[in-house]
Amino acid sequence: MLTAIAFYLFSAVLIAATLMVIASRNPVHSVLYLILAFFNAAALFVLLGAEFLALILVVVYVGAVAVLFLFVVMMLDIDFAEMKRGALQYLPVSALTGIVLVAELVLVSVTWVVAPSAPHALAHATPAGMSNTAALGHIIYTDYIFYFQTAGFILMVAMVGAIVLTLRHRPGVRRQSIVAQNARTIAESMELKNPRPGEGV
Amino acid sequence: MMLAQYFQNIGLPYGWAWFIGQALSIVLLLVSLLIMVAYVLLADRKIFAAVQMRRGPNVVGAFGLLQSFADLFKFVFKESVIPAGANKVLFVLAPILSATLALSAWAVVPLDKGWVVSDINVGILYLFAISSLGVYGIIIGGWASNSKYPFLGGLRSAAQMVSYEVSIGFVIITVLLFAGSLNLTAIVEAQKNGWFAFGLLFPMFIVFFVSAIAETNRPPFDLPEAESELVAGYMVEYSSTLFLLFFLAEFVNIVLMSAMVTILFLGGWLPLWDIWPLNAVPGIIWFLLKLWFVFFCMATVRAFVPRYRYDQLMRLGWKVFLPLSLVWVVLTAGWVLVFRGQGL
Repeated sequence: MLTAIAFYLFSAVLIAATLMVIASRNPVHSVLYLILAFFNAAALFVLLGAEFLALILVVVYVGAVAVLFLFVVMMLDIDFAEMKRGALQYLPVSALTGIVLVAELVLVSVTWVVAPSAPHALAHATPAGMSNTAALGHIIYTDYIFYFQTAGFILMVAMVGAIVLTLRHRPGVRRQSIVAQNARTIAESMELKNPRPGEGV
Repeated sequence: MMLAQYFQNIGLPYGWAWFIGQALSIVLLLVSLLIMVAYVLLADRKIFAAVQMRRGPNVVGAFGLLQSFADLFKFVFKESVIPAGANKVLFVLAPILSATLALSAWAVVPLDKGWVVSDINVGILYLFAISSLGVYGIIIGGWASNSKYPFLGGLRSAAQMVSYEVSIGFVIITVLLFAGSLNLTAIVEAQKNGWFAFGLLFPMFIVFFVSAIAETNRPPFDLPEAESELVAGYMVEYSSTLFLLFFLAEFVNIVLMSAMVTILFLGGWLPLWDIWPLNAVPGIIWFLLKLWFVFFCMATVRAFVPRYRYDQLMRLGWKVFLPLSLVWVVLTAGWVLVFRGQGL
């Protein structure tokens, strides 16, 4: 009963928030609605008993990804009137894309077949006497270790690629060398002069 | 949890016992937390003053003991000014968000054995998630003010907190590898034979301590509100109660970070040694003593260390702490793999 109320509440807010992501005029508001949507998705995970996934969703998407979104979007200087002017001419293309997507969704949901092993897995979502987190770890690190590692490597290659593409070594920039600063001694950086009275150095 | 058990024992049905018990423990926790924050604030100013050979607040009440309450009333009774160009909804939302998040993190903090509002399995992850959300209050506040200095403060804060979260995450992983659980009570219990701060994890203790200071935007990492450059950063346009909420959130977060250091590295409510006069002291006293010790260290760091330059802050986070904690995760994993079950 209470779970059902919570489910409908979170789902309703989730759908409303995702609608507002594409409907709101201000991009910063869009990102904030996106964060609200992430939050409600995490709450739905908690209702499913997947608390590890829920908190990872919050940590990764809300805590890191959305911060970077917000970071970029806040610094945009967008003229909304200019942006809305040519919007109508894209209507046929966007309508077509929308229709194709809806058709695909309908096709998928009509031809949905539940895998024969699925009900068995559902009944034992987490093995008895094992927490959600431990069960997930067992699956990822025993059955799917190669896929998991491959995904990690692909992400790392993407990261290195992005850094290589944007890295520029500008000549003539003065940089701080902390090692050199710490390695300085009094003997090599100071010289004691002893001028006689009435004379300069 | 304890209170719910108590009400169940005196004959209330399970649902009501749980509800009343939880509600009471939440109220009790919040009230004692807020009172403690008032004195943490005073202690912060007193320690800062002592380092500079001043007296600090000493007028309101004996030794200035009522200073924080006087400040509270001063903030509450002043007029809230919302700038004309500000985004009103977000401007008001930001400090409320900050304060709510800071307080809600305390739901999973165990003060003593069983003294916790919600003893969830993924407690440490919850704390990590909530503390990583704290940045939103600052960014939103900085952006909604529609003014230069708050905006710069918000941007700095976003970059800084995201940077230090990475190493905090890795430090937490090293602790988890030793404890073998994400539950905070289990993490404390795992330190029965030696606190994590003394041993292989000592460097991680230092990294976590410094990152905690950076995560709460305390000096020497208070770039988001650097008063010599940004006036007061993201808080420039805030006044009265809204400012108070930001301030409250900041100090609740500082106490939370001290509590996290205590739980992860200093054995939570466990006594120093498990011998008679020491283990007769209640766990909550040990917990508070350790918490105050960690806070005292943070306060002295604030008084002693000059503010970091921005590039130095980023260098420390990405080029020193991140590689160090990453290597330590591998090292700890190897250590646990080799020595687990051998009493180490």
